[in-house]
Amino acid sequence: MKKKKISLFDWINSCLMAGMMLVMLFPFWYCVAGSLNDGSDYLKGGVYLWPRIFTMANYQAVFRDKTIFHSMMISVAKTLLGSVSCLFVTALAAYAMCRPHLKGRKIYAVFMTLTMYFSGGLIPYFLVIKTLHLYDNFLVYIIPGLFSVWNMIIIRTFFSDLPDSLIESAKIDGAGEYRIFFQIVLPLSKPVLATVMLFSLVGHWNSYFDSMMYTSSMSLQTIQLFLKKMITDPGAASGLASSAAMAIPEAARKVTPQTIKLAAMIVTSMPIICVYPFLQKYFVKGMTVGAVKG
Amino acid sequence: MKSKRKFQEQLVLQSMVLPALLALLVFAYIPMYGVVIAFKDFDITMGISASPWVGLKHFKTFLVDPELWNVMRNTLILNVLGTLVCFPAPIILAVLINEMPTGRFKKTSQTVSYLPHFLSWVIFAGLILEMLRPNGIVSDFCVKLGIFDSPVNFMAKGSWFYMIFVIASLIKGLGYGSIIYVAALTGVDEEIYEAAKMDGCSRFQRIWHIALPSIRGTIAVMLILQIGSILNTGIEQIFMFQNVMNIQFSETLDTYVYKVGIAQGRMAYSAAVGLLKSIVSVILLVIANTASKKITERGLF
Repeated sequence: MKKKKISLFDWINSCLMAGMMLVMLFPFWYCVAGSLNDGSDYLKGGVYLWPRIFTMANYQAVFRDKTIFHSMMISVAKTLLGSVSCLFVTALAAYAMCRPHLKGRKIYAVFMTLTMYFSGGLIPYFLVIKTLHLYDNFLVYIIPGLFSVWNMIIIRTFFSDLPDSLIESAKIDGAGEYRIFFQIVLPLSKPVLATVMLFSLVGHWNSYFDSMMYTSSMSLQTIQLFLKKMITDPGAASGLASSAAMAIPEAARKVTPQTIKLAAMIVTSMPIICVYPFLQKYFVKGMTVGAVKG
Repeated sequence: MKSKRKFQEQLVLQSMVLPALLALLVFAYIPMYGVVIAFKDFDITMGISASPWVGLKHFKTFLVDPELWNVMRNTLILNVLGTLVCFPAPIILAVLINEMPTGRFKKTSQTVSYLPHFLSWVIFAGLILEMLRPNGIVSDFCVKLGIFDSPVNFMAKGSWFYMIFVIASLIKGLGYGSIIYVAALTGVDEEIYEAAKMDGCSRFQRIWHIALPSIRGTIAVMLILQIGSILNTGIEQIFMFQNVMNIQFSETLDTYVYKVGIAQGRMAYSAAVGLLKSIVSVILLVIANTASKKITERGLF
């Protein structure tokens, strides 16, 4: 193998990439350092790279707080139930849409794609939610999102690449459509199902607008909405800090609204950060398939 | 006998699409019908059909709404600025990534660049806001460089809002936006590059004359989509950066529809504003598509 000369262009390019990575990672690093720092000391400023006075008190406060725990559980329930039910309904529809003898297939396809371009808008949608008594109901996180046209297109693309003979031979053996779907098609489609599932999980975990718009009681708020309130409303964060101080008296001075907020942010992003590097190839695959088809 | 089996089989298949169709009917098509409240004096106790028709009253109110110009200005400035900065950036990144030698460094760069996209707007905006605090790192840095004499609260200056918003969108979307262009670039035939190299083509010439023209179609499609959504400003994003000090610069059509409709309860009026926005968006999309078809011979539909 011939050794390639590293040109000036390559050097500049590498530097640009390193700079780009720094910009992407630094905000996160900065806040991790802040969250590990003593609260009242942090307010003096100047904590950039490493905590000046190290403490775990902020994280202890976050893990002991009942409101945070409850919102986390709501988020977990919403994310898991929402994603699994959406995947199920969407994959089922995608399978039927692949079967050539489904009557009305063309009309259904138009019926589905139209919704990608037109929508009634926020207010009429809100009225539907209200009329169905889904407002301030946990099911509002699940039912409206049961079917996703976008995901259906991705899954259908994969299904239609499966060999027809597979399904036909199962049929000759007397298997019904549901049996074929569950026992043959689904097990063969793990890669695409994983991709769609991941998109759905991340979307559910990250959104806060649904919680803000369609729920009003504290018991239904997701962790993202809780954090949003802490970040944009200083009063909310100081309430949290004082309740933390009551729970752990010895940590009272170490925890301030600023630092406890940072710790809560880091904890909430952990599921994504931990899972992301291992699964990103699925994300990229899904994005490329979706883009090519759409 | 056989036809009965066929009928049963058809029923089974129909039962598989039924839940999906029902979900769309209820949550996509009924709201589309609900848009008629834009032409009615909607009273929630009377319901949609019983409320009296008022024609274009709400649209006329919107045209003389004192908030109108503010809202339109912000929506357009944020989007035009955003497009100018955030549209070319992923293309440049994709070209640079494509020029990198395959290896771990290239992979890591890509992985890291996608990361902000997967953080929620709450977390990501929270990180940015933390850096912009009066004695946060950005303010300290500016003071040290002598740009300001005393610590600055960036979020308290309304006019900074545009810049902060656009930079935040840029960082969050840069890597993810590049995926589709990288995919298009890897599809370019390696032989063309080799031939160009033989002919003494420089690195920049290769980028300019081979790489970019070969992804022209992808760029056109993405641009059409961008123009079609020129009135959209991510509502989750705006609400994270909006505060009482910058409201004059941060109120956009999306947040206005939310505030008027949900917080003030003027639902019919808000639906009218929303409808107007959708109509303009569709028109823009069609215009952009036609223009693109004329120029690059590629379009969305």
